Amino acid sequence: MNLAEILRTAISNTFRSRLRTTLTVLAIFVGAFTLTLTNGIGTGIRNYIASQTSSLGGDDLITVMKASLTEQGGFGPSSEGPTPYDPDKTMLSAGPGFSFEALTDADIAVVESIPGILEAEPLRIVVPDYVQYGDGTPYELSVNPSPPELSVDLVAGAYFAPRGTYDATADGAVGGELYLPVSYVEPLGFASPAAAIGSQVTIGVSDAFGSQHLVTARVAGVQQASLFGDSALLSHDLSESLFAAQTTGLPEAVTAVYQSATARFAAGASQAQVDAIKQALGEEGLAGITMADRLGSFQTVLDAIIGVLNAFAVIALVAAGFGIINTLLMSVQERTREIGLMKAMGLGAGKIFGLFSAEAVFIGFLGSAIGSLVAIVLGSVISDVLANGFLSDLQGLRILSFDWVSVLGVILLVMFIAFLAGTLPARSAARLDPIDALRYE
Amino acid sequence: MTTATISPAAGNVFEARGLTKTYGSGALRFEALRGIDLDIANGESLAIVGKSGSGKSTLMHILALLDSATSGSLTVAGKDAKSLTTQELNRLRNQEFGFVFQQFFMIPNATVLENVIMPLKIAGVDASERRRRGMEVLELVEMADKAANRATNLSGGQKQRMIIARALANRPRAIFADEPTGNLDSATGEVIEDLLFDLNATQGITLIIVTHDEELAARCQRRVYLKDGLVVDSGAVSASGVRA
Repeated sequence: MNLAEILRTAISNTFRSRLRTTLTVLAIFVGAFTLTLTNGIGTGIRNYIASQTSSLGGDDLITVMKASLTEQGGFGPSSEGPTPYDPDKTMLSAGPGFSFEALTDADIAVVESIPGILEAEPLRIVVPDYVQYGDGTPYELSVNPSPPELSVDLVAGAYFAPRGTYDATADGAVGGELYLPVSYVEPLGFASPAAAIGSQVTIGVSDAFGSQHLVTARVAGVQQASLFGDSALLSHDLSESLFAAQTTGLPEAVTAVYQSATARFAAGASQAQVDAIKQALGEEGLAGITMADRLGSFQTVLDAIIGVLNAFAVIALVAAGFGIINTLLMSVQERTREIGLMKAMGLGAGKIFGLFSAEAVFIGFLGSAIGSLVAIVLGSVISDVLANGFLSDLQGLRILSFDWVSVLGVILLVMFIAFLAGTLPARSAARLDPIDALRYE
Repeated sequence: MTTATISPAAGNVFEARGLTKTYGSGALRFEALRGIDLDIANGESLAIVGKSGSGKSTLMHILALLDSATSGSLTVAGKDAKSLTTQELNRLRNQEFGFVFQQFFMIPNATVLENVIMPLKIAGVDASERRRRGMEVLELVEMADKAANRATNLSGGQKQRMIIARALANRPRAIFADEPTGNLDSATGEVIEDLLFDLNATQGITLIIVTHDEELAARCQRRVYLKDGLVVDSGAVSASGVRA
């Protein structure tokens, strides 16, 4: 009996006691179904976050700030004790009672001097009052503080012209370009996202003395609603224009301090290289946070939740494993004579073991394949319904996504559990003494 | 590796010397065989006769390499049974021996043909050859028309003919039959007996029949009577002696 013959025989044996096989397969089905679904949710959310975060900023960016800023983040006693006062620290006031150590142009130069850093630029925080199209209703506008180069999900329009190539005068004294969140399109008075492209909107911004300045901006694109809120992304030129208007009349000592800076390193840099950059920043009293760091904590929470869900599914599978043991032990009992006969006719113990193991694995395969298939079909339907239903605000979110690697992983895992469960009955079958088995009544 | 093969020319297929078999120990100790010497020549028909508990089935199991003796020696086709590996044992039982049991021992829900080709399947013969040889032996026992029937739907005589076909499938040199007619009425039993002795006569297959039926035993060339694990009498028709 070769392997193919053993498999064929095992499969046909599986169907000899249909009801029992069906019930065992059902138990595995439940486990595999659950596991595929929970995995699907994990994949779906992970995919969504990945697509969302590609809009948050490239993997080649690192946000730099004073190290003290990150150290003060936690509550509770600091192991280092109180920090001595340093009158030379540059502090940035962020409203009454709240100030923090800020970056200066000197710090930016230091950052740029660090090997591996291609360029660094201070983060301009601009706080526009409103945005208005023509004589329409003005709406408050929040600004995405990310660098303008990041790849945003555009519904319509095109990406910003490369830095320094935008000819403001050609469009008629425009401060720069912006991507408008899709939710602003209708309220501002545009018929459609496409209609907004190329239009000029007016942005109002107040300076420290309370006088309002108007800056005109060209709508370069309309961006998809995202998990990270409805905020507009500004081109470099527009940021500069708005910042200039916002800081009208202020001395440079006030305008040349920054909460943070964005530095770019070579795209595709290894983790070791990024770590080296962080190390170098640390030696300068600075701290760097990459996108991966920010996502890390979020991902960890997500993975933990999916992990717990998966654990439940695996518990169901372990229970199903006992079902397999039970089913096969009954089979061995029922087929004792047949096993004895086959052994008397010269079938080796190893092949008997193989027969029953293969049967267990096949039962596992049946349960997991059917379970995964049903989960995928049902999950896709549910996911479609939800995407058009109460998750429709989160565009691009497919709560259940299935990638074949993880589905295959589930099936293989279940088959492995089934194999483990099958070893016990298979062993007792293989150990049967042919004479005892043939005497067995 | 020289495999143990029963060649038609070989003198004695089985040579047993001082075979004993003991079950249990202490107070539960039971001696099933207490020193059996027995030679079985190639191509002869031998009846092992005895009441239940005489040790005749145990002796057959040991000869058929299904069980091992507690002490004594057994030579099968010139090879010491103790020296055979598990693989060689399996091969011998599969290729050289055929088994016919009183209780048939078949796969009830499988077809007649599927039952018959079981030894071929175990031997690893490919599917088309299995079918061909299966039909060939079914033809021999006049059961070819029942090939596709379920084994359970057969009459007792048909079942036993199917089992004989199964025993013949691998073209064995020896057939062990344990009360082959025990479950059959006398007319059917006679048909089965005729079949077995015909195979013995025409194909030279060594026939070892375990029975308590004197009439069946009388048809064999030689009879060995067992009582309490010892050979008490042997009625030799042929010249070959029994060292009882």
